[in-house]
Amino acid sequence: MSTLRNFSRFITDTIRIITTGGPIYYAWVALLLLLIGVGANAYIGQLHNGLLVTNMRDQVSWGFYIGNFTFLVGVAAAAIMLVIPAYIYDWEPIKEITILGEMLAISALVMCLGFVMVDIGRPDRFWHIMPAVGRLNWPQSMLAWDVLVLNAYLVLNYFVVTYLLYCAYTERHYVKKLVTPLVLLSIPMAVSIHTCTAYLYNGLASRPFWNSAILAPRFLASAFCSGPAILLILLQILRKTTKLSIKDEAIFKIAELMAYTMGFNLFLTAAESFKELYSGTEHMVYFQYLLFGVKGHNTLVPYAWASIICGAIAFLLFLVPKTRTNWVTLNIGCVLIYASVYIEKGMGLIIPGLTPDALGEIYVYTPSATEISVAAGIFALGFLVFTIMLKAAVPMMLGEFTINRSPKLDAAAAAKSQEPA
Amino acid sequence: MTAQEPCQPSSGCQCPSTEEGSRREFLGVAVAAVAAALTGCEKLSAEEFLQDKFTELSKDDVQKVIARLEKEYKEKYGKEVKVGNAPPVPGTIFGYALDLSRCIGCRRCVHACVKENNQSREPEIQWIKVLELEKEEGVNLQHAEQYYNPDEVPREGHFYMPVQCQQCKKPPCVKVCPVGATWREKDGIVVVDYNWCIGCRYCMAACPYGARHFNWGEPTIAAKDVNPETHYLGNRPRPKGVVEKCTFCIQRTRQGKYPACLEVCPTGSRKFGNLLDKESEIRYVLENKRVFKLKEELNTQPNFFYFYGV
Repeated sequence: MSTLRNFSRFITDTIRIITTGGPIYYAWVALLLLLIGVGANAYIGQLHNGLLVTNMRDQVSWGFYIGNFTFLVGVAAAAIMLVIPAYIYDWEPIKEITILGEMLAISALVMCLGFVMVDIGRPDRFWHIMPAVGRLNWPQSMLAWDVLVLNAYLVLNYFVVTYLLYCAYTERHYVKKLVTPLVLLSIPMAVSIHTCTAYLYNGLASRPFWNSAILAPRFLASAFCSGPAILLILLQILRKTTKLSIKDEAIFKIAELMAYTMGFNLFLTAAESFKELYSGTEHMVYFQYLLFGVKGHNTLVPYAWASIICGAIAFLLFLVPKTRTNWVTLNIGCVLIYASVYIEKGMGLIIPGLTPDALGEIYVYTPSATEISVAAGIFALGFLVFTIMLKAAVPMMLGEFTINRSPKLDAAAAAKSQEPA
Repeated sequence: MTAQEPCQPSSGCQCPSTEEGSRREFLGVAVAAVAAALTGCEKLSAEEFLQDKFTELSKDDVQKVIARLEKEYKEKYGKEVKVGNAPPVPGTIFGYALDLSRCIGCRRCVHACVKENNQSREPEIQWIKVLELEKEEGVNLQHAEQYYNPDEVPREGHFYMPVQCQQCKKPPCVKVCPVGATWREKDGIVVVDYNWCIGCRYCMAACPYGARHFNWGEPTIAAKDVNPETHYLGNRPRPKGVVEKCTFCIQRTRQGKYPACLEVCPTGSRKFGNLLDKESEIRYVLENKRVFKLKEELNTQPNFFYFYGV
């Protein structure tokens, strides 16, 4: 009974803490809500007129939405880049901040589900794809697998985060025997969500660009450099704006791991490009469309090379210890690698996979204004989820906000003094 | 012979109006209302929202669904539209063969198909794509041109290859569908339950023949153009946001008729019949002509064959 009472206090106090804050907090939330409004408005138009308002057509039947979905699955999977050093190597400096990675995973998954939802033609039939209520074509369909693993990963992370924060709130130490196995379980699960997403494309013999055995390894390698890039910048912001202590060595350790994954990512990209371009079979046309353009259609070409160049520069910046431990070059590297992978997974994976189409037609796809607005709304939603989780989590992690220091008057004051930016 | 209009590249399509009279006689179930709001579709009934997959429906339920659809079509088009659900004829597996040496690329089949199968006219959906190929290149899709529009066909140095659903024995589209909204019937026809499809378009990515088409907007057909003889799994008017495809004119062929594309073909390039019937024309073609399957290396095992008749 007392647990129930404590938990309901935990909920009400959390709600109170996320609804009170300083002007920067309110302004930030208002901005996100505004963007969500813009996205919702565009989405209502899409519901009314159909997906005709996007630039997708039969030839390029997936586009910006599914590209963002794929990228964000990678971000969600990358949370384990914190878990691995913390728990496998028992590295204390990172252990304290793994919860941030898990919260990032939750936000990324919310965005993933959002992008799937806006992409389907019949959102009213969403229940058809839900486990138990619907009629999932499992184990045949890779999309059915993906639905299962993504939801399981979301539930797992949500549970761990809530449990850890609840323990911090009630000033109890968490039960290690419960948390450690779950956190360890999240490692294969993170691998599985991104592998499943890769297999979704990988299994289609009709699309030679995707039908390559190293697609899943490439997905993992690129995710493990882009996801942590977000975290690195976030950690620096948090330690500047809150009392959260995040040691330099934790950040540099993650940066070092990223250097390996970036190198591996570049290697795999080179291996794939070599195989296609050197053997020069009829399958080469998709790579050609991406890297050089075909029959004068070269919309993707600047993006493709920007992605490759950004990736290569970021790799060098992270590889050299001197630039890896310099805050300026480190942050430049983070932005570059983020941009590189975002282009690669967004524009560079889906579109050349579908262009030329199954009958050799080249339909030049670029996202429409509706697609961009809806995507902005979903990103804002993800940021909002992340912001309010941080808003509640940081004071709880610091022990400033607990059941005994129940926040009535002093909490509002405390919250005001430590805004997450 | 003159060629009929190709379907223009779809970039410049206009959004069709979705305004129709509100038909909310079934309203009362809150969840359907929410779903209706979700789709932006003013007329989603509770029955439609809660309808199970076609293959799971009892005989009674099928009749109820059909009655509901016929009523909806009558209100929408102001005429009787019959929705059949004839099952596969036992001992039948349909096969199709197309004579590349006869086809002249006139696109009569494309338009007969649209008329017969109630495809949306705006935005325009066509189930058959006729490719103009170079004789020098052979069947090389990277040299295919769909939007050819000369004064007369056939054009010098070119040959023509109509592509539609190949009704594969191992259809990749069926394998990938996350909700089982598409399947292969006993007579070999791959069908879609338009009331179960969620519109994820995974099947379109999986199909190596570009045979699946999506209703990007609200499909529109003038009432006078609606073909009232329909099949639940075939040519009944479709809703917005779902995938559709060629069904070998399931509404005709299950009643012993030929597909519309075959009947209209002025050159006799199209052959259709029961693969299990030794006396059929299709069997004669397979046994006596040089036959190939499109993208054979993908092992989709089409029941649609191409051959050189002369």
